[in-house]
Amino acid sequence: MSLCQRCNKAPATVHLLDILPDSDEKRERHLCEQCAGEEGLTTQKHESINEILSSFIKQASGMPQKPDLACPECGMTFREFRANGLLGCPNDYNAFEKALAPLIERAHDGGTHHVGKAPRGEGGETPKFSKLAQLRRELQDAVDAEDYERAADLRDTIKSLESEQG
Amino acid sequence: MTIDELVHQVGEWLRGEGPYADIVISSRIRLARNLEAFPFLSKASDSDREQIYRVLIDSVSELKIGDDTLVVDIDDADELDRQLLVERHLISRQHAEGDGTRGVAIAEDEQTAVMINEEDHLRIQGMRSGLQLAGLFEEVNRIDDQLQQRVQYAFDKRWGFLTACPTNVGTGIRVSVMLHLPALKLTGQIEQMFRAAKEMHLAVRGLYGEGTDAIGDFFQVSNQTTLGQTENDIVEHFGSEIIPKIVKFELTAREMLEKDKSTLLDDKIWRAWGTLENARTISSDESLFLLSHLRMGVNMGRCKDIDLSKLNMLFLRSQPAHLQKLEGRRLDGEERSVARARYLRNILESNN
Repeated sequence: MSLCQRCNKAPATVHLLDILPDSDEKRERHLCEQCAGEEGLTTQKHESINEILSSFIKQASGMPQKPDLACPECGMTFREFRANGLLGCPNDYNAFEKALAPLIERAHDGGTHHVGKAPRGEGGETPKFSKLAQLRRELQDAVDAEDYERAADLRDTIKSLESEQG
Repeated sequence: MTIDELVHQVGEWLRGEGPYADIVISSRIRLARNLEAFPFLSKASDSDREQIYRVLIDSVSELKIGDDTLVVDIDDADELDRQLLVERHLISRQHAEGDGTRGVAIAEDEQTAVMINEEDHLRIQGMRSGLQLAGLFEEVNRIDDQLQQRVQYAFDKRWGFLTACPTNVGTGIRVSVMLHLPALKLTGQIEQMFRAAKEMHLAVRGLYGEGTDAIGDFFQVSNQTTLGQTENDIVEHFGSEIIPKIVKFELTAREMLEKDKSTLLDDKIWRAWGTLENARTISSDESLFLLSHLRMGVNMGRCKDIDLSKLNMLFLRSQPAHLQKLEGRRLDGEERSVARARYLRNILESNN
């Protein structure tokens, strides 16, 4: 294995092909992990959801907090949530609403309200479905209801639609 | 169906078909859901966990997510079986390594897998090879609708579907696309892709999801925002904007390599072939890395000595748990490296 071209000590594990601007000249470079890192070229390091959350939580930890903020239903405290990033029960969203809202907004690129699918009877915007999806659901309902005649018709319609769409 | 039968299937995500299959390995969508009547898992008692498991396993079994459904009680399962399911992307590492009553229901075609008691009570996941997000969402959504007729989800008008981690709240949707980007890596442009992805609020991870490294030029790109956008907007944005952009970026890099660096390119491809065909001991990271170069050679039409489906089979079966299942016994790390080298050599030699 060849040595890093920058420090000449560690084995080169990062291989680069630079195309210099305004010319066709190309430059190959072989660096070790550390030198690549020092040039801001590290690979493979990405923030996980939990890392992002914990950085938000750390930033938010300076915010004024009631020290005893706790959910009456599951007993989870906000402090406990800050430590592990996971809530204790659905009611925590109410119990910690004020403290959680800014964290959630940041984690979701400014999103503050749900606009997607909602369970039946919960209002909200129902997602739009293609005709095919609608038919597939009707087919499943027909099968569930053991209405096989209708199911066969629906299956044929779906097949012809699918072949149209390629 | 049994877990041992899975070993002999190639698995949906490695079928090597579907739109953009030369670059997009697989599309995955999961929905996170919780039951209203129980605490989230961090505050659930053992008896809560068992009840959640029963209710959800029964409901999922009634749905018939596939022609044949494999239900695995993960807490009871053998360690090798758990690892095998991780290698096939049917459960997460977190689920394999967790504690307490938990499980998964898997459709026999491996296109659907429902995890119970992972981070949330329920994680409905669908998988397809290539870029096939729209149809996939319809399918996952259909299962979700049917489950909603049987159980009451935790839902709030403002926050949407309530999840244990607030980063999933709202739609609870995670769209993940696994990409093979060897040319961006070889030309040193992969960092640019990462930066662009970050600006678009996407997460880029390794082969096995959260907390794993990118081995062999495989990257998973997924959305981080689940609140304030509809499911359709998220899916649509991925399928018609984000992924085609990355694919184009990779294709441009491949063209550049072909035009200006064809010797270097062929050198990578045939060195990979040479090592895989001759090594006497090889780690799974090294084999993934070399198989990745071979895959690039096949997809760029420079190596015609092996087809994609066979190559995909090598990817899967050279993984530790698969290898041990095929050998029919437990192997330590060193033994695995020797068995892996032998397996790869046999397949590649018999191919000539």
